[in-house]
Amino acid sequence: MSYDLIDIALAFGKIAVIFMVILLLAAYLVLAERVLLGRIQERFGPNRVGPFGLLQPIADGIKMLVKEDVKPAGADKWLFYLAPAMAAIPAIMIVSLIPFGAPLTFFGRPVGMQVVDLNVGLLLFIGFSSIAVYGVALGGWASNSKYSLLGSVRGLAQLISYEITMGLSLVPVVMLARSFQLSEIVDAQKTGWFILYQPIAFLIFLISIVAECRRIPFDIPEAEGELVAGFHTEYSGLRFGLFFVGEYINIIALGGLAATFFLGGWHGPLLPPVLWFLIKALAFAFLFIWLRGTLPRLRYDQLMHFCWKVLTPVALLNILATGWFILLVGKG
Amino acid sequence: MEQALFYILATVTVVATILAIAEKHPVHAIVYLVTSFFSLAVIFYLLAAPLIAMFEVIIYAGAVMVLFMFVVMMLDLGNPGEAGRPTLRHCLPALLLAGITLVSLVLLVIGRGAEEGPDVLQVVSIRDFAATLFGRYGVAIEIISMQLLFAIVGALYLGRRRRP
Amino acid sequence: MSIIRDTKGILLGMWTTWKRIFRRPLTIQYPEIKRVPYPRFRARIVLTRDPDGGERCVACYLCSAACPVDCISMQSAEREDGRRYAPWFRINFARCIYCGLCAEACPTMAIQMTPEYEFCTRNIMSLVYEKEDLLIDGCGKSPDYNFYRHAGIGVTQPRGEGLNEEPPLDMRSLQP
Repeated sequence: MSYDLIDIALAFGKIAVIFMVILLLAAYLVLAERVLLGRIQERFGPNRVGPFGLLQPIADGIKMLVKEDVKPAGADKWLFYLAPAMAAIPAIMIVSLIPFGAPLTFFGRPVGMQVVDLNVGLLLFIGFSSIAVYGVALGGWASNSKYSLLGSVRGLAQLISYEITMGLSLVPVVMLARSFQLSEIVDAQKTGWFILYQPIAFLIFLISIVAECRRIPFDIPEAEGELVAGFHTEYSGLRFGLFFVGEYINIIALGGLAATFFLGGWHGPLLPPVLWFLIKALAFAFLFIWLRGTLPRLRYDQLMHFCWKVLTPVALLNILATGWFILLVGKG
Repeated sequence: MEQALFYILATVTVVATILAIAEKHPVHAIVYLVTSFFSLAVIFYLLAAPLIAMFEVIIYAGAVMVLFMFVVMMLDLGNPGEAGRPTLRHCLPALLLAGITLVSLVLLVIGRGAEEGPDVLQVVSIRDFAATLFGRYGVAIEIISMQLLFAIVGALYLGRRRRP
Repeated sequence: MSIIRDTKGILLGMWTTWKRIFRRPLTIQYPEIKRVPYPRFRARIVLTRDPDGGERCVACYLCSAACPVDCISMQSAEREDGRRYAPWFRINFARCIYCGLCAEACPTMAIQMTPEYEFCTRNIMSLVYEKEDLLIDGCGKSPDYNFYRHAGIGVTQPRGEGLNEEPPLDMRSLQP
């Protein structure tokens, strides 16, 4: 293995471009969510800053940067400062795993449209999403507030429960693709998307990622009506912004992963691969917003009941059925 | 490059583990322990065992420590600063175990002597790993999973709602 | 089957919100488009005059007493002919909640509410309106009502003898 300057420059350029694009997408996803929610409720949503409110994310960013950063009395200083980063960094790291286009060639070198293509990519995704729990847990615990603590305890239980169903729903994908590597999973769907073979696994994965993103109807860790804002009640300014941006990056990343695992990733006719990927990932983001505009919040016991007594057995049975199918039909 | 990385990570692991032991506050101790698991996972990755590295992150950092934290949050432990320092008597079992580990490590190193380890680590593919795990050690895996099943049944028995 | 029912419920809800996305928003874009309030809309308070051009207010303090936020204050005085008036009359619009109780309490219909709602300002002191800011040249809602034509000024002179006072109504003339 020998690296030279062009390789390093290409790698850094790729990282920089993807980072910028993801931040931009996250910022505009906030605007899209507000406008769409407005439309669902027969309002306009933000339309004052710039034409059609298109500069609103910039205004929001400036607002968050210049706002006062309050640390509550009695808060655990270092953990309080650490928690937002623990929430945002795993979300950004997950983005680096997603293949979002066919490999291109720059300067005579093949450049994969993916930051890292590990042979354990899928496991790394599960690992990062389980690390994201610490942002919620430490944030709520360190703020020294009742609401935050309740929110983070709820969040902990919810996130580790739904991580299990998420992992179990990905097992059939691995069985079909015979690999943990995301690029190979995408290649295995060249002929048929996995959603056709695994509709149940797809549904379970979809429900689990909504719960992982702590979105309505699974937003009990930050339930506004009862816990103010849950684990980030005490955060303000830039630190709140990190939680916020992390949430939206998470939506894009998990939507992109859902597209990668079940909807054939960047494969698609006519349009260029990157565009196909974006369409699929943003369709999931749209679905998330649409769900938020429609459904009420679940109660805590309903949430746990649904995860452990409905989703987990169904996911296990699905794995068993897939195993039998592969064994009997002898596919691959 | 990899050697330098290894030494940095090893230092981080050792320091974080020592801090995790020395820290009085349970939540801080958990954070140190998670740091240690993380750098350990990266060391495993450097040793060409990506699967072990991922399991280290998913299971230990992502699940076990989260459950620890859950318990710490649910139980109000009061003021942790008031807990007394452990005396020598409390440390004795830990010291004994540490001593056994240390002696065996030293014996291992001396026993190997000048014998050189393999220069290049063989990269074991996940497929080979899985085949070995579920083929050669299949019975052991079955026994362990049965044990886990018993544990689940036991937990359900303990946690079931008793009707008055 | 409850699962079919529940799925149907969720899909029905999502269909409803999907249809809403394409509907025209109900919001009125305020600074560009202003809605015209109804004539009886309760906004800025004014003091009206009677048809003869005199002040209607008799400084009876009823509005001040009725005001739930105590934003009306005044001073009462009497002219030489016994007619009551307010030398100063003050409404603090920074406190006013536009409930309309003052207008209902007023026996002379002096204090009335107008549909003018756009008079907020950054300087809170400029929201304290004095009598000269409140008085308008007009009768407001009941253009021909004049309290003193019915009540007379003071009680010293007999009924119908006062300044600008109409003679008292003979009740029997109204009977069939």
